[in-house]
Amino acid sequence: MTLMVATVALLIGAAIGALVASAKLSGSRWGAAIGDAYAAVFRGVPELLVIYFVYFGSSGLLSGLGHLVGFEGFLGVPPFLAGALAVGVISGAYQAELYRGAYLAIAKGELEAARACGMGPMLMFRRIVTPQVIRFSLPGLNNLWQVALKDSSLISVTGLTELMRASQVAAGSTRQPFTFYIAGGALYLVLTVFSNRLFEFAEKRAARGTRRAGA
Amino acid sequence: MDTAFLLDTFLRLIAALPLTLEVWALSVVLGGFVALGVTAARLSGSAPLEWFARAYVFVFRGTPLLVQLFVVYYGLASFPAVRATFLWPLLRSAFFCATLSLALCTAAYQSEIFRMAVAGIPRGQIEAARACGMSRWVLFRRVIFPIALRLALPAYATELISMVKATALVSLVTLWDVMSVSLKIRNDTLVTYTPLLVAGAIYFVVNFLLARALAALEYVLSPHLRGRPLFNRAPDVL
Repeated sequence: MTLMVATVALLIGAAIGALVASAKLSGSRWGAAIGDAYAAVFRGVPELLVIYFVYFGSSGLLSGLGHLVGFEGFLGVPPFLAGALAVGVISGAYQAELYRGAYLAIAKGELEAARACGMGPMLMFRRIVTPQVIRFSLPGLNNLWQVALKDSSLISVTGLTELMRASQVAAGSTRQPFTFYIAGGALYLVLTVFSNRLFEFAEKRAARGTRRAGA
Repeated sequence: MDTAFLLDTFLRLIAALPLTLEVWALSVVLGGFVALGVTAARLSGSAPLEWFARAYVFVFRGTPLLVQLFVVYYGLASFPAVRATFLWPLLRSAFFCATLSLALCTAAYQSEIFRMAVAGIPRGQIEAARACGMSRWVLFRRVIFPIALRLALPAYATELISMVKATALVSLVTLWDVMSVSLKIRNDTLVTYTPLLVAGAIYFVVNFLLARALAALEYVLSPHLRGRPLFNRAPDVL
């Protein structure tokens, strides 16, 4: 469950991040202002508060919409969706910066060469921009993945049974909080170590077309 | 949304801000001292100490702060042995546990920042200082510390801001900080958005001011990196 929430959150964050990054890179003053404001707000407010806000807020919004179409009563957003959305929205603010930096790291000559070869914007994006942005942003993405993994523990406050909540329940019912919180922590450690390995592998694979200094 | 409610919410949340800032300041300072120890161990050159420092950073960065907080607050208290020691009056208080676990967590991040800053000092500067005959202490005070401070500052500012956000977690161990007061107002009044929005605005302003202050400090500390004066401008300061 923890892995699923964190994965969905990272994907939502990637979509938001790409959007915000392109808004900032668009050159339009309004796009940049909106991108900056988005990043400033979600990086300046505690994650826990965003989670509460999305969880309570989206349920309130949905119930309100339900009233409009004649449905009486409370409509709750599933904790999974609200949690993944909240962590994703935060992650998106950080990923936007990451992708912007990665785009700026692409050598200008490559873009010019692509254009000189007659590539259209879509083809250029697919063949030149995306592969390099992915390669440049993988180390940063590893960090953000681990952050999302740890932030997902905060979703336990909405009652979603992920790793943290499961440890809480076990700690409560067995009256051995120390053992179960330590076990929960150990599992998070296993997840981070394991995903570190995966990212190292992915980085190597993404860089297979480049020469390394000293190699 | 009426103004009276908004004002009332704002005043109640502002009244909770000192606790949030207190937890923040204490844990950052305490964590800073622990981090200095961890960095010293990491750079000491002795294998067991270095191994300990690595393990410390690995564990505290690899697990969520929430888990650490609950291990300290709920976990330790479950041992009768702990309850019998002289530390119990401290470990019983949520404030102490919250500050302690935030401090231990930030220490891991801060020690990495310190290590990076020390590693970033150009080797030649230290050699030059030695060649001038500086003692270890003078070398640290005049060369290592000022350079490391400037190198550490950008990352340190990020860490300080994320610590402000981390203090919101203490609401889960019964402390009345800005976060938990806003949740209480929400529960009592059943108004969904206002309390959380006001709390968010307070956190945002605190972080904004903090970021500005640190950026100003960085500016003051790096006069040598500012743009050189133009030739056609009167050299009034030179």
